Amino acid sequence: MRFACILAAIGTVLLSGVSLAQGFEIEERVVYDATQGDAEIQVLSTADRAVFEPILLAFQAENPSITIDYTIASTREVMKAVEGGDAQFDLIISSAMDLQTKLANDGFAQTHRSDATLQMPDWARWRDQIFAFTQEPAVLIVSKSAFPNGNVPTSREALIALLRDEPERFLGRVGTYDVRTSGFGYLMATQDARMSESFWRLLEVMGRLEPRLYCCSGAMIQDIRSGKLALAYNVLGSYAAGELARTGGFEIVVMEDFANVMLRTALIASNAKNVDEAKIMIDFLVSLDSRPDLIEASGLPALDADQLAENAALRPIRLGPGLLVFLDRLKRQSFLRSWEASITQN
Amino acid sequence: MTVRSQQGSIRRRLFIQLAAIAALLSILLFLVVRGLAGSAAEATQDGILAASATSIADALRAEGGSVTLDLPYSALSMLGSVNQDRVFYSVVAEGETLTGYSDLPEPRPLPTLSSNTFQTFDYRGEEVRMVSVTRSVSTGVEPVNVLISVAQTREGLAAVTQRITTFATAAGVGFFLVATALSLWAAQTALAPVNAMASAVTRRGPADLRPLTTEAPTELQPVVEALNSFIARLRASLQRSEDLIVEAAHRVRTPLATVRAKAEVTHRKLQKPEHRQTMREMIRAIDESSRSAGQLLDHAMVTFRSDHLEPENLELSEILRETISRLEPTAELKDVGIECNYPAAPVPFRGDWLLLQSAMVNILDNAIKYSPEDSSVHVELTNGESIRISVTDQGRGFGETDLNSLKSRFTRGSNVSDIVGSGLGLTIADDVARAHGGYLEITSNQKGQGACVSLVFSPQ
Repeated sequence: MRFACILAAIGTVLLSGVSLAQGFEIEERVVYDATQGDAEIQVLSTADRAVFEPILLAFQAENPSITIDYTIASTREVMKAVEGGDAQFDLIISSAMDLQTKLANDGFAQTHRSDATLQMPDWARWRDQIFAFTQEPAVLIVSKSAFPNGNVPTSREALIALLRDEPERFLGRVGTYDVRTSGFGYLMATQDARMSESFWRLLEVMGRLEPRLYCCSGAMIQDIRSGKLALAYNVLGSYAAGELARTGGFEIVVMEDFANVMLRTALIASNAKNVDEAKIMIDFLVSLDSRPDLIEASGLPALDADQLAENAALRPIRLGPGLLVFLDRLKRQSFLRSWEASITQN
Repeated sequence: MTVRSQQGSIRRRLFIQLAAIAALLSILLFLVVRGLAGSAAEATQDGILAASATSIADALRAEGGSVTLDLPYSALSMLGSVNQDRVFYSVVAEGETLTGYSDLPEPRPLPTLSSNTFQTFDYRGEEVRMVSVTRSVSTGVEPVNVLISVAQTREGLAAVTQRITTFATAAGVGFFLVATALSLWAAQTALAPVNAMASAVTRRGPADLRPLTTEAPTELQPVVEALNSFIARLRASLQRSEDLIVEAAHRVRTPLATVRAKAEVTHRKLQKPEHRQTMREMIRAIDESSRSAGQLLDHAMVTFRSDHLEPENLELSEILRETISRLEPTAELKDVGIECNYPAAPVPFRGDWLLLQSAMVNILDNAIKYSPEDSSVHVELTNGESIRISVTDQGRGFGETDLNSLKSRFTRGSNVSDIVGSGLGLTIADDVARAHGGYLEITSNQKGQGACVSLVFSPQ
């Protein structure tokens, strides 16, 4: 995802990734000192500080005795840190559902049952070890300038038809994730491929239009806003919504045939030192739906079964061993080969 | 009287045996249910694992001279749809791990094309069930043997087994409780005829020696027959004793009268005072014997007539008057006066004249006999809540004797050894009272000396 950048945390404690001297790279580390007491929790997360800070501060307001040591790393580095076993974290928060599932399947997670977790819907937890607390759909974003009259495609079939019918309009102006480097992009692409054959046809059509490939949603939105891109496919909806609220200039389209919904999940590491604090934080996270203020401040949509029931197109990605399939070495190889063959045609 | 035999209670024995059988069957039920359901659950897991491994095997293909695999999504997702167990797999071609968990142990024995291998072992800290299948993939040069293993932890199975065990336990306990309750009921029911027979025998009066007519099941028929034959022999034996006594008394009484008459004559002829004294004592002994014989006859008569009571309509005052007039000479000899109180209205009564008179004679005779000279006996007939004939004397009473024991045969007061008596008088009166549905009441006088003996009947 992000290139590793070592930033000094403001206010509390200043640390660098190098000083950790561990086998993985971090992007940032922030420590929120407790105002009283000396309990501690070490969180390893893929969520940006800007996004997660309101939640952390609200957690600390409820649990003033817990110091939060919040380390941010990419999904791949998080996986490396936990599987390597030499890093010591209590709570792992990640948007990479497949990697989280693999961690739990391979025995790097602890079981936790509480009133809060038992109230969760079945699809939002696995083995009582992985707990989802957000639901973030992958969306299509379109530049307003490229679609002055509306007529925005709302299904993959419509999108394919549009791109096929007007290649000159979209040549070089279509963006999507480079699934070779983006974990989120890979997850969404594999789920798309699993759900519908139209995904491959879409890739074929996009491939002919010299698509731009991105590492992350931010850059794609940047280029949409600047007019470089007419549309970007499979952007993280929560992130796009946040950007849209800040600056505007584009439109978010939730596909009506189906839209994969990514669940941001948390798990307690099997070698956690502060298990009780980690459990408190899990319970806090899974009841995010009761805190509209935090949903507003973080831009992270909480679990909402009603919304899923209303819109049948929203399909939360199923936690469980099925997610291990696309992590299979050979499966990934062959998927990437097909993807490359479709997307890079010249 | 309680009989405690060494065999104990049949009901308890029956119940314990039935309950033991129920317990045995319950345990058997528990084991069978758990065993069957448990192996069914295991077979389910094995089946899904085999399906998963087979679907992986089917996805194997040769590409560029080597084996490759496009792992089907369903191969692993199907395992996740049944439970939330951890899943491990490996695909090994000619000893080389193609993909999956390279540290999964090699199956023992190696599977063949026709048979899969199922194994249970510990892996990564948990018990797993692993199925291994083998496939031969043709790569163009020569076929490559590929070994596919899929393993799954058994938490889901453990949960199912736990549920089955709970269910089997509940079923076993429930079965046992129901069976035990039923065996209790069965034991009770099976023994009901025995209890009915026992209570039929127990309810009988002491003199009731009729044969048993209770309906008895076939198994108890011999017991009833044995009991009835025993009762018949007892009746016969008792009858013989009674007959013997009556016969003996009868045979003795007539010669005694002759002896007494002769003794009287001899007494008059004797001159020496010591001889006369001896003769008087002889006469007294003869009197005693003949009185006993008389009372024995009376008693036999009472017993017989009581057994076959044929009541007629009577008037009690009349019987009492006649009785008193019969005994007045005896009373006059002792200067004992008899005072009578009758109710103004007649006292109708259904009963046996002879028996009632015999009872009154015996009571009144006793009263006169034990009365001191120049005293009076008070006789009163009342007809109120109950019909009561009371005879009160001014004699010595009964001393320390238990009043109820006086009703038994040959029991006499502890203070009367100097007076002739057989101890049968009150027994006769009591028998008569009971034959007419009444009873004999014996009390010592509240004021001063004397006794009060009453025949009490319910009014008719």
